Amino acid sequence: MSPLDPSRSAPPLPQNTKITDGVCVGFPSPAEDYTEERLDLNRYLVRNPAATFFVRVDGHDMTGVGIHDGDILVVDRSIDPADGMIVIAVVEGSLTVKRFRRRGRALWLEAAHRDIPINEGDTLSIWGVATSVIHAFGAA
Amino acid sequence: MSRSIALVDCNNFYVSCERLFAPHLERRPVIVLSNNDGCAVARSNEAKALGIGMAVPFHEIRHLVQRHGVTVFSSNYALYGDLSDRVMNTLEQLAPRVEIYSIDEAFLDLSMLGDQLDGVCRSMRRCVTQWTGIPVSIGVAPTKTLAKVANRIAKKSPRTGGVLDLTDPALQERALRRLETGDIWGVGSRLKRKLAQCGITSAIQLRDASPQWIRRRFNIVLERTVLELRGIQAMSMDDAPPTRRSITTSRTFGQKVTDLEPLREAVAHFVSRAAEKLRHHRLITGSILVFLSTSRFAKPGALYRNSHTATLLEAVSDTPTLLEHAMRGVEAIYQKGYRFNKAGIILLDLHPEENYQATLFSDLEKRQRSERLMKTVDLLNSRLGRGAIRFGAEGIGDNPVWKTSARRKSPAYTTCWKELPRVIAHDRVGRTPYERDIP
Repeated sequence: MSPLDPSRSAPPLPQNTKITDGVCVGFPSPAEDYTEERLDLNRYLVRNPAATFFVRVDGHDMTGVGIHDGDILVVDRSIDPADGMIVIAVVEGSLTVKRFRRRGRALWLEAAHRDIPINEGDTLSIWGVATSVIHAFGAA
Repeated sequence: MSRSIALVDCNNFYVSCERLFAPHLERRPVIVLSNNDGCAVARSNEAKALGIGMAVPFHEIRHLVQRHGVTVFSSNYALYGDLSDRVMNTLEQLAPRVEIYSIDEAFLDLSMLGDQLDGVCRSMRRCVTQWTGIPVSIGVAPTKTLAKVANRIAKKSPRTGGVLDLTDPALQERALRRLETGDIWGVGSRLKRKLAQCGITSAIQLRDASPQWIRRRFNIVLERTVLELRGIQAMSMDDAPPTRRSITTSRTFGQKVTDLEPLREAVAHFVSRAAEKLRHHRLITGSILVFLSTSRFAKPGALYRNSHTATLLEAVSDTPTLLEHAMRGVEAIYQKGYRFNKAGIILLDLHPEENYQATLFSDLEKRQRSERLMKTVDLLNSRLGRGAIRFGAEGIGDNPVWKTSARRKSPAYTTCWKELPRVIAHDRVGRTPYERDIP
């Protein structure tokens, strides 16, 4: 559980953490000492394996943002939520998927039918930040 | 500069694993039962407050469970093994030297931190909890035994905020005055009684006893404990007493290993050592975790770490059975093309061997034969030197696959696609989304 405290500083990133966003995988610099390998979706989708979990979506409320019933979300707990991110939030003791909103000191969770405001003194538990959705077409 | 050793210990680890995917259980009493739902092996603080003791048979606490609505889980070692691996992996990214001591404990060498110690430990604690969802406590001191003491206080006293730095001798003195000998690492109830017969009841008395006398009257291990209580490092990982719940053997290799065969050999060696320790302490194990890891300094594409946890049909202590499961584990997680630099095993779900209960499917004769063989092997190894008798790392034939009794087991949230945690994306509240999805 990570109760969201706006004053909380981010945990230190490990020294060897490299953010590999946008790196063209499979076209390494010739100076680097590794052979070309088949592309690995795991590496593409999971930046921090120790902090990454997969969860299954139950319901249709998030279809507007491309998340469907039965989809798998890739959830990275090491990311601090920022305005607009899709998050897994604990609401009434359950894991739910919502859009996280933050304007100045105002925090709320956005859902299709009702927004959930976070009032002063509430502890909002953001379980993790969803980084990708895996949607199978059911052809297999 | 003086040494600073940190002990990072997961709080009520098995319960914390269950709560991660069932957040409605926060602040509610929860217990986890051992294999075959025998007795409580993990308790939330709320369950402890109800008077549910450690390792108490389930039938003796059933009335408490019913009266107070305690949530009960069968043990789910695949889940605990995976989350343990995540915690250790996170620690390895944050600290230079990590020794995995048990499924939920690791020692870190933080000697170079100086006066930043407290701050770093606090952010480390926050980081582990955020990344893995498992709350931890951290105790720091000049030796492992004192780090254990520091951790114990960090865990029990809310004022510490989960971190206690006990590098100051004056603080050590104050802490040891309040503890009994039985609260010290490696001092079990038998030793505690024998010490009491000599008039030694408090931890500070033990610290101030003459090490030579302790060695003569008791043994060399307790002498090391005395030295460690004085702030002198005397305990290597191999001498460390086993925890009540797990035995760990792991090594960082001298050179990188890419092939399966040397990894199998290394893991087989760890299994032999751990099994020997298991039998020495007259314990049996119901579950074995194997892990492989590349160096944390490897390039992003060359980083790999994985673990595999096998739950045994019945608890054993014989090397061949454990080897068979460990070898299957290694093969399941080995990936070609990576340069491994670390491997290890953790024996979980430990019980005293006298608690062994035969099941309908037990082959008692085979078990007795195996016990006799193990006695001979251990005897020969102790006479001829460790490793005189080794096992060819191969299986001992097919085991039929049936399930141990585990009626209250939570889903394999992190190791099975069919059992992923469910997240709600609808407005119908009032149903629990994490109930097992069984087709």
